[in-house]
Amino acid sequence: MENVSLQEGQVPDLRVNIGSLELANPVMTASGTFGYAREFENLMNLHRLGAVIVKGISLHPRAGNPPQRIMETACGMLNAIGLQNVGVDRFITEKMNYLAGLNIPVIVNILGDSLAEYEEITKRLAGVPGVAGIEVNISCPNVKKGGVAFGTDPAMAAAVTAAVKNKADVPVMVKLSPNVTDITLIARAVEQAGADSISLINTLIGMGIDLKTRRPVLANVIGGLSGPAIKPVALRMVFEVARVVSIPVIGIGGIESAEDALEFMLAGATAVQIGTANFVNPRASEDVVDGISAYAANEKLTSIRSIIGGLRLDSLKDHATSSHNPVAK
Amino acid sequence: MSQYQENATVTHVEQFTATNYRLTLDCPAVAGSARPGQFVMIRTGRGKDPLLRRPFSIHQTSRDGTIQIYFKVVGRGTDILAHVKKQETLSIFGPLGRGYRLNTGTPSVIVGGGLGIAPLLFLVQENCRVKKDCTEDLIVLGARERIEIEPLLDDFRPFGIRIMTATDDGSLGHHGFALGILESMQLPSGCTVYGCGPEPMLAGLSSFCASRGLPCQVSVESVMACGMGACLGCSRPDSKGNYTHVCLNGPVYNAEDLQWKM
Repeated sequence: MENVSLQEGQVPDLRVNIGSLELANPVMTASGTFGYAREFENLMNLHRLGAVIVKGISLHPRAGNPPQRIMETACGMLNAIGLQNVGVDRFITEKMNYLAGLNIPVIVNILGDSLAEYEEITKRLAGVPGVAGIEVNISCPNVKKGGVAFGTDPAMAAAVTAAVKNKADVPVMVKLSPNVTDITLIARAVEQAGADSISLINTLIGMGIDLKTRRPVLANVIGGLSGPAIKPVALRMVFEVARVVSIPVIGIGGIESAEDALEFMLAGATAVQIGTANFVNPRASEDVVDGISAYAANEKLTSIRSIIGGLRLDSLKDHATSSHNPVAK
Repeated sequence: MSQYQENATVTHVEQFTATNYRLTLDCPAVAGSARPGQFVMIRTGRGKDPLLRRPFSIHQTSRDGTIQIYFKVVGRGTDILAHVKKQETLSIFGPLGRGYRLNTGTPSVIVGGGLGIAPLLFLVQENCRVKKDCTEDLIVLGARERIEIEPLLDDFRPFGIRIMTATDDGSLGHHGFALGILESMQLPSGCTVYGCGPEPMLAGLSSFCASRGLPCQVSVESVMACGMGACLGCSRPDSKGNYTHVCLNGPVYNAEDLQWKM
């Protein structure tokens, strides 16, 4: 019974389920902001995390983009790292052993330039000890081929999802791009194609210009915007997607505190990912776990699950049920 | 290697020029494990803007648990830092990166340009402490004008290292670049060269040392978000054309291991 209030001496239950995957709490680290986890081992207690999602892995190693790769923006940052990674084989031999030793689920983020690549990476990850899930990146804006096309076209998004699902022996989470006109179309397409959960949002495409040199700041010209600046957009998209799919939704975008995370859960997220905040405060994700725990105790919630999708729309009902612009007349 | 996130109390604020400042920060954990050439990441604001920490090389450490940073106001982050008051606290993260590898068996020639002087006080401090006698060693300090060097000289003097200066306007020491001094003199034989400064100076120093067969270590700058190898934002081409990450593999490199634009 989730609505029974917490009794004296009881500890709130922070567990959430992402399909068949049970997490000890709803806090994960976002791909590309947490390396392969080991980088953070002396800076926080990794075992406190709900799950760790590691840096995106491709079939072959990638060198990434030339510098300058990042720039700060108002309340955020742009990055065009270019998916630098060691490739799936070296990931399995060099990184997975350490990750498998952690007492938390490890979700591997994968990316490819073709359906065949997505399939092949998934095949190679099948049966690897310690891999608890796969997150499919169909949304990175930084590579010329693949990324954008897969994430912005419902049919292509569904095709990648089905291909990965077909070869995977663990739950599959699909990470959506916000750089689309209607994200619910993509969400529904990947759900129908068999996705076990959906995570959103990846970065919003942006750019910066250096007035002195009259050149783009990033060598890649465009990059992905992340950080607190994108939180309202992410929150709105999670809200929209959670209303149209029945699989779990994972909220990402500018989360740096328990309050941020809880807002996403009210909007319909079963769990959240902490991204850019890891760069500013290496123990941000653990701080969010502490904060959620304190909130649940304070609100006397027996289970944190009781707030998922708990956004109150009662007085706004007519507006909120219109599909496109819930609050504007 | 241990890294710490600490709330550092500002114990001293010094302004040397219209734009150059030095802060003393009480942060015993960071100070206790720092090595010359390493850096720290400092949060300049408390809220969400500016969002990212800023990297600063460690100017010097003291036994009583403080470090100093020496910086120029170049943007919003450094502007905020220039206005901090004594007793305020700043979130500091470090020490980070690979510092100078002291070659104590050879004479040291240390070269700094402009704000590149920042990490060299710590280097001289450690160089002279380990060697006990550093009268054979040399430090060359270069800047645009006298006031950028003069206030720092008293800090370099107690170690007994030979000090030479160069200014672009000739207001102190040699009229010209720091590298010009090296080119015009007989360097101690078999010396190791350590440098920090603007990119063109380091490129020049690198080729100067390569042509004379001198080992040379330089500290380079980069934009970075995390300072610890997570964001992969601070890439730089190495001599083999691969990307190296300044925060982890640097900021101090053997000059020959990097690609230089001449």
